[in-house]
Amino acid sequence: MNKKIANTVTNPHNNFSERIKTLLFDNKVMIVFAFLCFGAFMVSGMQLEAVVGEVFTRIARNGFTVLSLLIPVFAGMGLNFGIVIGAIAAQISVFAVVYWRFTGLGGMMLAVLLATPMALLFGYLVGKLFNKMKGAEMIAGLIMGYFADGLYQLLFLVLIGGVIPATDPRYIIDGGMGVKNAIDLTGSLKYSIDRVRIIDLALGLLILVAVITVVKLILHLQKRRRIKTKDLIIFAIAVIFYALTYVPAIEKHLFADRINLVVALPLFLLFVIARNVLAIYKNSKKPEPNFNRSRNIFFIALSIVAYILSYVPSLESLVMSIDLPVLPYVLITGLCAFNNGLLNTRLGQNMRTVGQSQTVAAASGINVDRTRVIAMMLSTVLACWGQLIYLQNIGTFSTYGAHLQIGQFAVAALLVGGASVSKATNKQALIGVTLFHLLFIIAPQAGNQLFGDAQVGEYFRVFVSYGVIALSLAMHAWQRKKPLEEISAD
Amino acid sequence: MTGLKNFVEKAGLPRLIIGSFFVVLIIVALALGLNPQFLFSDIIRRWMMYSILVLAMVPGVQCGIGLNFGISLGVVSGLLGAVIAMEVSFVNGWFYHFGAGAAWLTLLLALAISIVVSALVGAAYGMLLNRVKGSEMTVSTYVGFSSIALMNIVWIMLRFKNGQLKWPIGSGLRNTASLQESFGGLLSDPAVYQAPRSITVYEGISDIGSVSVQQPKSLGFLAIDVNNSGFVIPLGLILVFALCCLIVWLFFRSKAGIALSAAGENELFTLSNGINVDRMRIFGTSISTVLGAIGIIMYAQTYGFLQLYNAPLMMGFTAVASVLLGGATVTRAKIYNVIIGTLLFQGILTVALPVANELVNVSALPEVTRMIISNGIILYALSKTRGGNQR
Repeated sequence: MNKKIANTVTNPHNNFSERIKTLLFDNKVMIVFAFLCFGAFMVSGMQLEAVVGEVFTRIARNGFTVLSLLIPVFAGMGLNFGIVIGAIAAQISVFAVVYWRFTGLGGMMLAVLLATPMALLFGYLVGKLFNKMKGAEMIAGLIMGYFADGLYQLLFLVLIGGVIPATDPRYIIDGGMGVKNAIDLTGSLKYSIDRVRIIDLALGLLILVAVITVVKLILHLQKRRRIKTKDLIIFAIAVIFYALTYVPAIEKHLFADRINLVVALPLFLLFVIARNVLAIYKNSKKPEPNFNRSRNIFFIALSIVAYILSYVPSLESLVMSIDLPVLPYVLITGLCAFNNGLLNTRLGQNMRTVGQSQTVAAASGINVDRTRVIAMMLSTVLACWGQLIYLQNIGTFSTYGAHLQIGQFAVAALLVGGASVSKATNKQALIGVTLFHLLFIIAPQAGNQLFGDAQVGEYFRVFVSYGVIALSLAMHAWQRKKPLEEISAD
Repeated sequence: MTGLKNFVEKAGLPRLIIGSFFVVLIIVALALGLNPQFLFSDIIRRWMMYSILVLAMVPGVQCGIGLNFGISLGVVSGLLGAVIAMEVSFVNGWFYHFGAGAAWLTLLLALAISIVVSALVGAAYGMLLNRVKGSEMTVSTYVGFSSIALMNIVWIMLRFKNGQLKWPIGSGLRNTASLQESFGGLLSDPAVYQAPRSITVYEGISDIGSVSVQQPKSLGFLAIDVNNSGFVIPLGLILVFALCCLIVWLFFRSKAGIALSAAGENELFTLSNGINVDRMRIFGTSISTVLGAIGIIMYAQTYGFLQLYNAPLMMGFTAVASVLLGGATVTRAKIYNVIIGTLLFQGILTVALPVANELVNVSALPEVTRMIISNGIILYALSKTRGGNQR
């Protein structure tokens, strides 16, 4: 939803048909993919409800990881194939937690505590390395991922049990050296995030706000930072919200760990409408040159139409059939807000300047190398958390395979949403993850129907994910080359 | 002291580390009592098996496209040539009609088809790389991956009759197809010349079931088992590699070859001398792809199996790492880089397997070693060139 970024390339055109043309051209990858998904769905003969339900499960599972790719794009480091390293940090800590027999949300929190410093360290090292290979970050990240995978396998195959004492026969291969191929998380960490109840979430939120307020208060008392009335109001609102959860009529809804799409959809649409109205209101006060009012009106209209459509009986039953796990979606929303919020901070602005031109950034006194390292650290930590969400949802931790494709698939998903090497938004990430996983679910069935072999669909899916990456990397390099040629032609 | 420093600088730190690791591994292997005959023939066999694939890096680097991760395009062209040749040979009953010569004919047909296909594919690929100057490596990696994925679909859709190629039940081609009843081992396996092979004959040709084919003993010099001790010199394979090296060496001494090297070294200078840089790059990419195709066929005939589907996915990385280990850079590569690099890389992997089995009994250890060494060396090379040829 970053209009500023989204509009830097497409200047507003006066001509309506011109505008439609640019709109279609800018979203070509997404449109082609949407048609592909639609066609495959028609062929596959699958039930719409099953497909849509599965898609929402997979968004919860993978959305966070895909969103973790955005920050390096802001900082001009391209698509971060190195998020594999974040996933590796997550897996090491999950293994430790499971091995020590910690369970549930507490175990997951311990995993986060263990994994975060590790991911920060890894991200720091990768960032340092990338600074040595400016311009080749993507290929370096890809190879870095394979390299890290080698070290990871060394750790899990030889060192654990071989050097680090570990004997538990549930997890260690019979010879006493190396970790087993698959670790079942049932009863330990499985669904530890998905099953968090709304009421617990509210308590957690209250504690979080309280802690932040207290920290700000202490800072205020030490006269290092003035506390604003805004902070106190936020705290008050949090307290009131929490108090509301004690009202019996509300309380009985809050013991659930899932929220039905019937509730979530209007909330989401309301949010979209509010956002666009706010944008129009802001613009009427302080007009911006790139502002496109009809775009906002279009989104408002779209939301209203979507809401009305949800009353069509067949669609209504479809919507009613889908339950969303609360915490994963809250986390995804939070990350979207974080990505947007970051761009409004000084650090985020620095990142964007570095992304546009390192020379300009250095000239204006920004520490380019440091900014890039921070971007990598953030991305690695976020990817690490994304992998934790993924593992707890999938429930079986395949020791030597869970992290392998994570970089590939996340990058492909982001690109499918219409992002490029130098430009990506939250919206593109979410659309991308939806479309990509849609094809993931449908392709084997469609292959089965068309060719009598599910494997064809499977291979097609893999081909598409590699092909999408190859194509958009090539198109990006192609477009970047053109201005250079024009200069040299003069 | 300065002499030592000079030596380190000249040989390169990674080569010294890996080289001494190799020597230590061999000493450990011999100390563990592993059979030296088998050990050294294995090293030579694997060295020669991969060398042409690694040689394919040289024209790519020289013409300026950098490390050609897209060698997978050549690899799949080679595999395509091989499966078509095997199918043609089977359906037409070449072994029934021509006897021992059929294996050679199949090999030649495989080479012919794959050279033509890979030259065309390579030229198209070169045109693409001209459009993405500066990001060749990233693009070529993914073009390579996509080509393997695309061919996965082709392999599973092909409806062949040869029982060695197709699944006994179901459709599509096998994951690994044995070359026992075709050209497997002709250039490297002494057993081919010692005993006859029984080869299935297609029902459409004759209903005799199978024929027994014996390769002429006079050709036995192609794969020598020295004094029947188990120490094998795959002379045929060595000759083919030497021939390829000679052709590449001669090519880089010809006018076209010099122009091609110049295009890779300094684009603007070459352009100002009236040489079409883009055409030279297409040419170099094409040669690289053709060598990749020949390389995979030689690899398969030595290995004895044709590996389809995802098996060649990371082969490009192995080839890239080998040539870098031999001392090549992202912008310059020579034939001796290929020879040294492949020996070190494959040598370590060959010796590591029995040694690891003796010491720690983790069968995946050589694979882990391969991943760490190959990717480590590529990262090292990239960091040395400050982003390589990326602009």
